[in-house]
Amino acid sequence: MKQSITLGNVTRFIGLAGFIETLKNVFAGKLDKDDFKNFLRKVIMPLASVLLFFVVWYLGANKLHEIEANHLINKALVEQGPAEAEKLRACIASGDKSCQPNALPSPVQVWGAYQTLLADHYVISADKKAFIEKTAAINEKRIANGENPITYTGRPSFVDQIYTSIITVFAGFLLALFIAVPIGIVIGLSPTLRSSVNWLIQIFKPVSPVVWFLLVFMIVKTFTKNSSSDSAFIICFISVGLCSMWATLVNTAMGVSSVDKDYINVAKVLKLGPIQKVFKVILPSSLPLIFTGLRITLSVAWMVLIAIELLAQSPGLGLFVWEEFQNGANDSNSKIIAAMFVIGLIGFMLDRIMLTIQKMVSFNKND
Amino acid sequence: MNTTILENNQTNIYSENGIAYPSNGVMLDLVHLKKVYPTPKGDYIVLEDLNLQIMKEEFVTIIGHSGCGKTTMLSMIAGLNNISGGAISVLGKHIKGPGPDRGVIFQSPSLMPWMTALENVLLGVNQVFPHVSKSQRRDIAKYYLQKVGLEDAFNKKATELSQGMQQRVGIARAFAIKPKVLLLDEPFGMLDSLTRGELQDILIEIWNKEKITAVMITHDVDEAIFLADRVVMMTSGPKAKIGDILNIEFERPRTRKSVLEHDDYYKYRKHLIDFLEH
Repeated sequence: MKQSITLGNVTRFIGLAGFIETLKNVFAGKLDKDDFKNFLRKVIMPLASVLLFFVVWYLGANKLHEIEANHLINKALVEQGPAEAEKLRACIASGDKSCQPNALPSPVQVWGAYQTLLADHYVISADKKAFIEKTAAINEKRIANGENPITYTGRPSFVDQIYTSIITVFAGFLLALFIAVPIGIVIGLSPTLRSSVNWLIQIFKPVSPVVWFLLVFMIVKTFTKNSSSDSAFIICFISVGLCSMWATLVNTAMGVSSVDKDYINVAKVLKLGPIQKVFKVILPSSLPLIFTGLRITLSVAWMVLIAIELLAQSPGLGLFVWEEFQNGANDSNSKIIAAMFVIGLIGFMLDRIMLTIQKMVSFNKND
Repeated sequence: MNTTILENNQTNIYSENGIAYPSNGVMLDLVHLKKVYPTPKGDYIVLEDLNLQIMKEEFVTIIGHSGCGKTTMLSMIAGLNNISGGAISVLGKHIKGPGPDRGVIFQSPSLMPWMTALENVLLGVNQVFPHVSKSQRRDIAKYYLQKVGLEDAFNKKATELSQGMQQRVGIARAFAIKPKVLLLDEPFGMLDSLTRGELQDILIEIWNKEKITAVMITHDVDEAIFLADRVVMMTSGPKAKIGDILNIEFERPRTRKSVLEHDDYYKYRKHLIDFLEH
């Protein structure tokens, strides 16, 4: 008979079994092992990773700052002499904002940028409120006379930009939903249609958001020539919709075409009509896949929105980032990073919302 | 109904409960039935020259080795599989595709998982009795769910039910549409033996009341004997046909105990096993 060598066997063999066993029990008594493991995995480790992230960011930003600063000082030394170089060194060391090199901002600077942006938002909204109060009487008159009311045309704040972006992404998402789901159902139901339009899906699916924007621009431009409406917004949400709808289209078609054969057989035996078959059997059974598609669509829409806003010069977070980059003020970089986190957080939230809805419609509770 | 049968040159007809039967009492008629699957290596003949007549109010079980074409035959009767040759007729009328006159209890319960037990039964009832009031349709569905012992589970989602409970809903769904022929494709094959026995009892109890002509495929010799008036033994494929037919002469209604204690039981059992092991 073969005996495997385990820790238990070894300790028993050298007479330490009792000791080890007691030690183990003491440990287990004080801290339930499973609870501790869970606590470690679910609380300590995530916190540690956040901490690590900020430490790496802080140290990296410091290093980059140092390299940039040395570069500037050397340049001053060569071009303007040692006196100027020394002055610059002192200025950088003092933390004066006017002479800081332009590098990756540190977490502290980004936090500062958030506060600036928020303060800016309060100033602008107060401004807007005052403007609306001031023009209220005039606007009433103008409306009574059949004229267009005067609207606030001042600079939008960061919070306004976030709001605009969310509106745009929802408009784009709804467009994608209303195009992709019906077409996906029709394509899914007919194998002939599916194979005949497959090339189109395969070619358009990987097209970049930039190209979608240009394509939509070419078409929408013609239609909005004589209208005063905001064509940048229209172009923006249509591009987002068209760019992000493919996941839903493909998933819907797949869901509809791959309904469990048993369900189809039941529908056949009961002789359900085509409409009943679609609404009572095919659609409910493909809902989980359709929602998986919609979830991908929403996250793609949010991702491409930033790029498309930037190109379309449509107000929103994308334009904000681009303007800050062009601006080149000493806190621009911090504002860009601040916007990056906001974009990431909103994207995460949108995904969570979709996941919740997806779980609600999923009939297979084991998933 | 009468006129259509008359068109099929069935001259002698009698009527019972609104259903017209040919005078010979044949409910389901398979004549020279053939099924061929084309394969790259040539045609694969599953069934050839299969003839079987099933009388009204008869319960027939079909037994045979796996892959002999039992399920193919049943799905052809259901209209879910094309007929390559010969004909299938119900009450003398050739079948065209699937229809609710032939209710099917599938091997897997095949319930719509997003619907409740009641909704699953109603799906068929609504389809078959469109002119009946909504509350009456609900009553029909509830009646059959009660019959299978699910009076506490009307509003449970199909996914919340155990496999055995799901198959009970499957039985209720099939009986609730009042088919002329009931087709059962190894309905208890996926269940453990205790649940299987329970469901056999439920099936036979509800069948005793409704007396719907039934064709059931099974692998289980005891199940075949317990439920059937006739056990049809199929030869192994390819070119499967009917090898032997055994009449089960037990009186109805039967109980498991009376069947097991009957002198003929082991004779029948031996007959079937001899055939299968042959």
